[in-house]
Amino acid sequence: MSELVINQSEFSTERATLEKTWAPARGVIGWLTETGHKQIGMRYIVTAFCFFVLGGIEAALMRIQLAKAENNFLNPDLYNQIFTMHGSTMMFLFAVPIMLGMGVYFVPLMIGTRNVAFPKLNAYGYFIYVAGGIFLYVMFFIGAGPDAGWFSYVPLSGPTFDAGKRADTWAQMITFTELSGLIVAVEIAVTAFKQRAPGMSLNRIPLFVWSMVVTSIMVIFAMPAVMLDSTYLIFDRTMSMHFFNQSEGGDALFYQHLFWFFGHPEVYIVFMPGLGFISSIVTAFTGRKIFGYTAIVSTLVITGFLGFSVWVHHMFATGLPQLGQSFFTAASLMIVIPTAVQMFCWIATMWSGKLRVATPMLFVFAFFLTFTIGGMSGIMVGSVPLDWQLHDTYFIVAHLHYVLIGGAIFSLFGAFYFWFPKWTGRMYDEALGQFSFWLLLIGFNVTFFPMHILGLRGMPRRVYTYQPGMGWESLSRTASIGAALIALGVLMMLINFAISRRSGVVAGANPWNADTLEWSISSPPPVYNFLHIPVVSGANAVWDAAPDQPYVTGMRFDRREVLVTKTLDAEPDHREEMPAHSIYPFILALTTTLGLAGSIFYAWWFVVGMILTTIAGIGWFWPSKEDVREELRREMAMEAVRD
Amino acid sequence: MMVGAETIQSALRPAGPEAARLTDLWWIFFWTCASFYAALMAFFVAAWIRGRQNVEPDVTPATERSHTTAVTAALIVSAIGLLALLVTSVAAGRAVGKFATNSNQLEIEVTGHQWWWEVKYPNPAAPNQQVVTANEMHIPINTHVLLRLDTRDVIHSLWIPNLHGKRDLIPGRVNKIFIQADRPGVYRGQCAEFCGLQHAHMALVVVAEEPEKFAEWKKRESLGAPTPQTPEQVRGQQVFLGAPCANCHNITGIDASATLGPDLTHVRSRPTLAAGMLLNTRGNLAGWISNAPAIKPGAQMPPNQLSAMELQDLLAYLDTLR
Repeated sequence: MSELVINQSEFSTERATLEKTWAPARGVIGWLTETGHKQIGMRYIVTAFCFFVLGGIEAALMRIQLAKAENNFLNPDLYNQIFTMHGSTMMFLFAVPIMLGMGVYFVPLMIGTRNVAFPKLNAYGYFIYVAGGIFLYVMFFIGAGPDAGWFSYVPLSGPTFDAGKRADTWAQMITFTELSGLIVAVEIAVTAFKQRAPGMSLNRIPLFVWSMVVTSIMVIFAMPAVMLDSTYLIFDRTMSMHFFNQSEGGDALFYQHLFWFFGHPEVYIVFMPGLGFISSIVTAFTGRKIFGYTAIVSTLVITGFLGFSVWVHHMFATGLPQLGQSFFTAASLMIVIPTAVQMFCWIATMWSGKLRVATPMLFVFAFFLTFTIGGMSGIMVGSVPLDWQLHDTYFIVAHLHYVLIGGAIFSLFGAFYFWFPKWTGRMYDEALGQFSFWLLLIGFNVTFFPMHILGLRGMPRRVYTYQPGMGWESLSRTASIGAALIALGVLMMLINFAISRRSGVVAGANPWNADTLEWSISSPPPVYNFLHIPVVSGANAVWDAAPDQPYVTGMRFDRREVLVTKTLDAEPDHREEMPAHSIYPFILALTTTLGLAGSIFYAWWFVVGMILTTIAGIGWFWPSKEDVREELRREMAMEAVRD
Repeated sequence: MMVGAETIQSALRPAGPEAARLTDLWWIFFWTCASFYAALMAFFVAAWIRGRQNVEPDVTPATERSHTTAVTAALIVSAIGLLALLVTSVAAGRAVGKFATNSNQLEIEVTGHQWWWEVKYPNPAAPNQQVVTANEMHIPINTHVLLRLDTRDVIHSLWIPNLHGKRDLIPGRVNKIFIQADRPGVYRGQCAEFCGLQHAHMALVVVAEEPEKFAEWKKRESLGAPTPQTPEQVRGQQVFLGAPCANCHNITGIDASATLGPDLTHVRSRPTLAAGMLLNTRGNLAGWISNAPAIKPGAQMPPNQLSAMELQDLLAYLDTLR
């Protein structure tokens, strides 16, 4: 299928002009100046996947250590660093960035625009994220890897019990990644609300975009809490501020409240885009519009709100008053309902659709099979008295991996296979895809299911070893074997992608006959996305388009223009010119990094970094000569009209 | 380590009323959730099969209406199920709390240290007879025991799964938890909140015994250390007082009253050393004294440069502390 209405052979001059206007930056310096959303989005995805591999290697090292009681493969110091790195990497450097990266790549394509709302800020966000990741790993390799867990509770991470720079590294890494997360969240929310193609009213927004919008708004409310928390921690450590020091009037538990006020919504931030992937895949593979669109959107929004009212269930063992805890039990059980409704809607969609089966759909199956188990164990740990037994045991390790791998990673991998033809223009290898799928599904269950039993049998989590004779060894070894299968499954997927991107069958624009706008343009998408901004006449833009579907005219092809539309009904409002490529996001990221990374060694580095950032910021906003000329020309034209 | 070790630290083998109530609650939740899971997956598989059979999508007002009915029904059933679980959970929580109102109480103070447990039986009437031990807790059966939880350093969490769920030990506050054992037995507890290098080796043994045996034990523990008899033991006591030992450890009855490390007045009566890591044998004790950090990296007890003679004397002396 070609573009909604446009015949490929027509408009060749317009295409050439657009190619030139939106041309990607070239060369090494060019790479640093790039502001295109597809490039930045893909950088997020690739970078985050590299961190996923690093986090996976850390997991493998832990599984080797735990395969045997009182094993000496890793010493406790290294083990504690590695499990901290694993959690921090997976949560802060992989899960959130890769989901937001998928959003940066696909939201503009799905809503029919040419770039995200703030392209330079977008580029800056990426560099900040990479800087945070590099900072963490450099510190780890020079022996200052954080070792107090991905949650780094005080006082263990505080100045008294964690000397050196380890906890500072962790806390400052939070600042980097959350800054980047906030930036992307703002991008996505603004883009989705203001740049939708005409006709894409709120009730026609693709469900993946809705899931990204809700995710972004959750990020905007959740991330400041953890940035504050980690910054207080740095203040306590470097300037003796005593935010969390009970002997000076601080409170250690306050740290936990702030952390989990972020930490629980974080879980939803990570798997809510996954729900969007599932909706996209189910729609495409059943060939019918999703059942219960309104219900699904409402449940996403409700989850977004409820996600902020359950954080205390991470603290049931701290001895908080029982009545207050019961409220959080109620909220924790209630939050199951919205997601359950989405699952019911997908089942209904499959029931009356014409179901095709390919690797992406198999991952939907895996999602149902495993994420639901995570949901069920979530109900269990949401109960205050049950959580007294289950909290901080291997049961929780099982639970969280069923939620995060089952809910987020399986749907993400399904999305990889689903959009692989869009990214590369070629199909992946189906047989290899299914082989990899079964390895992952079996390996995952072999690894994590026994952990439920380990937890009930009394094995606490975050232990670098355990004693023989506790009844934990054989289950732990089973889990370790399963981990090898997972690694093999991921490797197969990467091999599949590496081979297929060069030699796969040519996919065409819409190999799945899917419904969203990105499938209406060639694969891979042109640098400018859409020749003409489309006009949308239904919730399934491609399926609902008439043969002579209208499109937007009157946009300039020789400028980086996007169409800004009204928030509710996406009526055209005005044209907005996007900035061109710029080196300033990179420079600003360097100066910010200098300030943030330097400040954990010597506080004044922060001041130096911020002064340099301000100077770089002047360059960022300094208009180019061309912009000034264009502005003058416009003003003169206006004058002429007025005269 | 011990006979039946696989069941001495299990949430599914309750040995007291609190844990039993939690185990019941677990099975209620387990079977309810398992049924819901089975039903959901059955619908999923049915939809999968049906979707595969459909020649083309079947989207008519009638199918959409029937879907709406089905989804609404599923929603209502789930909501009722969750509500039932909520009520059961809150009721169980209250019931577990109620066990505590029973009057025949024993109070024990548990203090978390990196990485061992200090267990104190306060005796307000005769403070010099209070029992202080480490990494073991004796309790009489059929008695409600109040544990007051405090920490000397970071956050720990006391978890004796056969008796109750866990409760955190948080700096600056005292948490309370009630436990009770219904039958004599040996149970194991472990720190459940990550507390640093040796979080993995921070266990304690709980000995639940008949009240008479408990009273005997307590009486024995409240006595000071005996006077050394043999020349070897006398020399050993001198080693203890001369070496850095006395800087950190208390032995009631001699001039060693530091409280940084575990109280050693009855060290050889305990089942384990190093917070459940080692059996309390003479050989293990010798190794531990010589180089504790080599056995338990990060342990706060420094290595001790003792001659073979000094070490043997010291061990002979420590052997009297039962």
